[in-house]
Amino acid sequence: MTNHWIDIKNSDCILIMGSNAAENHPVSFKYVTEAQKNGAKLISVDPRFTRTSSKADIYTSLRSGTDIAFLGGMMKYILDNNLYNQEYVAAYTNGPFLVAESFKFEDGLFSGYDKEKHKYDKSQWAFQTDGNGVPKMDRSLKDPRCVFQLLKKHFSRYNTKLVSDITGTPEADLLKVYKTYGASGEKGKAATIMYAMGWTQHTVGTQNIRTMAIIQLLLGNMGVAGGGVNALRGESNVQGSTDHCLLWHIWPGYLKTPRASNVSLAAYNEKWTPQSSDPLSANWWQNYPKYSVSLLKSFFGETATAENDFGYEWLPKVDDGKAYSWLDLFDEMYKGTIKGFFAWGQNPACSGSNAGKVRKALAKLDWMVNVNIFDNETGSFWEGPDMDPAAINTEVFMLPAAVSVEKEGSITNSGRWMQWRYQGPKPLGNSRPDGDIILELGNKLKEAYKDGGAFPEPIKNLKWDYFTDGQYDPHKVAKEINGYFVKDTEVKGKTFKKGTLVPSFAYLLADGSTSSANWLYCNSYTEKGNMAARRSQKDAPNNIGLYPEFSWCWPVNRRIIYNRASVDLKGQPWDEKDWVVKFAGDSANGKYVSKKWIGDVPDGGWYPQQNPDGSTRKDAKYAFIMRKHGHAQIFGPGRADGPFPEHYEPLECPIDKNMLNPQRVNPVAPVYGADTDAFATCDPRFPYVATTYRVSEHWQTGLMTRTQSYLMELQPQMFVEMSEALAKLKEIANGERVMVSSARGAVECTAIVTKRFTPFKIAGATIHQVGMPWNYGWRWPKTGKEDSANLLTPSTGDPNTRIPETKAFMVNVARI
Amino acid sequence: MSKSFFIDATLCMGCRGCQVACKQWHDLPAEETQNLGTYQNPQDLSFDTYKLVRMREEVIDGKLKWLFFPEQCRHCVEAPCLETAGDPTAIFQDAATGAIIYTANTRNLNVDEIIESCPYNIPRKAEDGTLAKCDMCLDRVQNGLQPACVKTCPTGAMNFGDRNEMLAMAKDRLVAVKKNYSGAALLDADSVNVIYLIAFEPNLYHEFAVASNATLPITRQMALKRMFRPVTNRVSRLL
Repeated sequence: MTNHWIDIKNSDCILIMGSNAAENHPVSFKYVTEAQKNGAKLISVDPRFTRTSSKADIYTSLRSGTDIAFLGGMMKYILDNNLYNQEYVAAYTNGPFLVAESFKFEDGLFSGYDKEKHKYDKSQWAFQTDGNGVPKMDRSLKDPRCVFQLLKKHFSRYNTKLVSDITGTPEADLLKVYKTYGASGEKGKAATIMYAMGWTQHTVGTQNIRTMAIIQLLLGNMGVAGGGVNALRGESNVQGSTDHCLLWHIWPGYLKTPRASNVSLAAYNEKWTPQSSDPLSANWWQNYPKYSVSLLKSFFGETATAENDFGYEWLPKVDDGKAYSWLDLFDEMYKGTIKGFFAWGQNPACSGSNAGKVRKALAKLDWMVNVNIFDNETGSFWEGPDMDPAAINTEVFMLPAAVSVEKEGSITNSGRWMQWRYQGPKPLGNSRPDGDIILELGNKLKEAYKDGGAFPEPIKNLKWDYFTDGQYDPHKVAKEINGYFVKDTEVKGKTFKKGTLVPSFAYLLADGSTSSANWLYCNSYTEKGNMAARRSQKDAPNNIGLYPEFSWCWPVNRRIIYNRASVDLKGQPWDEKDWVVKFAGDSANGKYVSKKWIGDVPDGGWYPQQNPDGSTRKDAKYAFIMRKHGHAQIFGPGRADGPFPEHYEPLECPIDKNMLNPQRVNPVAPVYGADTDAFATCDPRFPYVATTYRVSEHWQTGLMTRTQSYLMELQPQMFVEMSEALAKLKEIANGERVMVSSARGAVECTAIVTKRFTPFKIAGATIHQVGMPWNYGWRWPKTGKEDSANLLTPSTGDPNTRIPETKAFMVNVARI
Repeated sequence: MSKSFFIDATLCMGCRGCQVACKQWHDLPAEETQNLGTYQNPQDLSFDTYKLVRMREEVIDGKLKWLFFPEQCRHCVEAPCLETAGDPTAIFQDAATGAIIYTANTRNLNVDEIIESCPYNIPRKAEDGTLAKCDMCLDRVQNGLQPACVKTCPTGAMNFGDRNEMLAMAKDRLVAVKKNYSGAALLDADSVNVIYLIAFEPNLYHEFAVASNATLPITRQMALKRMFRPVTNRVSRLL
């Protein structure tokens, strides 16, 4: 989240789309309720009327996979009706930037598309720059090549009639949502978006979020209280796992994984460190080498020196242009190239899209280690339905793990708040905390390699001193994550003795004097103590629910990021009532003479860009410090599928063409070609749109909840929800068992015939949609008849993140 | 001063945290259920289920609503079940809180008569005739804790406290909700210690949401009690 949970109560208008917050984040709903009590409007947009919709002031539906069409229409409405905050757009976004003539959009494709390679040449989307590489700008937003005008042109096609034809949302509803949400463009008003997997799990997932981010920028909703772009994370510590980058393409703190072509540390740092010669751009990522070197020092400790590139050679590199994501991993496993697998705290046999392929892939392994609190459909895949144990040679090891409440450590919530947790009950039996398991595994590996082997350096040189009294010590790891001065060091005029905890990432260095296992978390465990363990209920002077001394958040405890955009160029808040930061320095003769910010931690403590008398200051910085050019990106030239969002249909969709442009599907979405990766679009065998979701009563694939009798009492069986019209068409009675099938598999479940789904009118045709929870698996209940919805979902995903497209695909439903 | 619940059904999102918290606190067994085409489960209160979120999909003024009604015993100010039983060792009212409490001695009563006497259709029997229902988590309340369902509720739909505080809260919320829903009402606020606020017609939420929906046979004992009730009792009930 750019903001945080409590801040939601400050909003004037809350859009919940691509999320069912009441269902899946019930505790968060108390902040939505509080906002509503203060007069805020809640808008729920969902293919299905959900528990969230039941509390909304405005509800409307859309066909799964058409969010960009819906939001594109909102974009056009905001632009056509001048609801945007012109001052904000001109000063803080790249709306004024001039784009090179090489950028074009025609027939659904941006310039630079290589059909053979199935990718774009992004250099075609560059900005026009001056001699110093600084983008040319028109702050009046009138130049036809400026981003703002190109945006207007791009979304001019998204009129409400066409949007309604694509989404199935009645035009009157579209206008109602657009008007209500667009009202937040007014200064002093803020609207927020709460979204989740309903937006991300599509071949256009990243662009879904981009579209909303652009809308928030147009309306001046970024950096302000009650605004922001707020992702509701799906597990209590997935934000933590994302921050520490347990993903193939990033290193902790969102650094890049080195490519094979980054042949040395210097080459690596040069490739990934953005350069800007604009003195007004903070370009914070210019500090990249400080963070990458500090990370290496953390991995390898004293063995990492300037002479050996701090151990850069000892780390694996990814092949240029190749992806190693979840979808790729199981594709390789299915092809038989992966022989061993650690399934650590996960249940891919039920959570992976195209779960049938995943299960078959597991059967090709030589060995698997299942680290989990209980055995599950993954560890026991070999006795699942359609499996012949006699033909399977996979040796499965079960390492029982302790559950979160049995361990001490931290979790990082959706709002980036790192919260320290203490151990409750002790782990049962032989189950052990993950930390202990990993540490012992590392020690065994070190032992195995102590007398040499194939490339032993990474293992031998790994710093691995996180034990205290033979047990994993989370405090040691937390301190390592924060970072140390590894020798006596002087920085920013201060001296620090060797072994001192680094106070914040502003003190990290690129010369090997500092270590930090995650620069973003530098400031979380310092000489002042464990910041994540704080529990003060004292709010900040602006009283907007920041609670700056309750736990700790990154970066440097800044609760609302991009908050320099919450003030005007003179540093005074757009919203005087719910202000985030305020410049309170002294002034003399119309000029600021001393520097002081109050409220939240300012997103850069520099002087405002203008003095009270309107004159510009040279010692200021632009508001969006993490972007190379210091401005928020309406035009986003770094995305794999285009600098502007565009509506494309899901891989499997009910219509044979995209009504907006001739390109039916995202032109760079990954598609897999094994026999199990069949997909069927506009196919009479699979005529209904399907989506998947969760229920309040179950957790993920249900490993922790399908074994709980109280929860199974509430939601005992796998089900499919469908409209009364579809049920009538297929002669299905409420509560009857049915079979849902797709091109990849079939799942038996109970039909819930409900008013909460209604058929869509898509360009005049009636299109039905159904939905299923993915919380089930064959292991419990013991009947084995309640299996995973992911047996149906497709092998494709977003080209930027490769998150699978589990939210829009095609199925059939029939009585058994 | 008795205790009351104030249940704002307009804030309830049907998460069933209350349903599970009640079971867990009382160590009640889970029922074996099937999905009968609804999220609501079990289908009815039982000897093992004291709290049940009733769920109904209703189209009101052309708009779909999903109505949630977290049902439980009303702990009536003057409980017909208590009066029908006429045996304080089986059914009694706790003086401090007003909670209506059932003991194991209920199995000696004419339980079908007791169940019939309840305008809200709450008490449920075991095979041996013992009756059970919500007990206001009296053990928790007597130890300064909130009832389990109230403690768990994330949205503030469930509230509990001194009766006058709960009545004041209920009246404030009624005013606020009426701005959007002109038909909003508090249900039988004068005669129960579990006061519901709903936005639409009670019968859309649940057949037994209000007392007036039920037609009751008045038992002989109840009739006799009413005849001989002193006037002062009636007055104190209205405060």
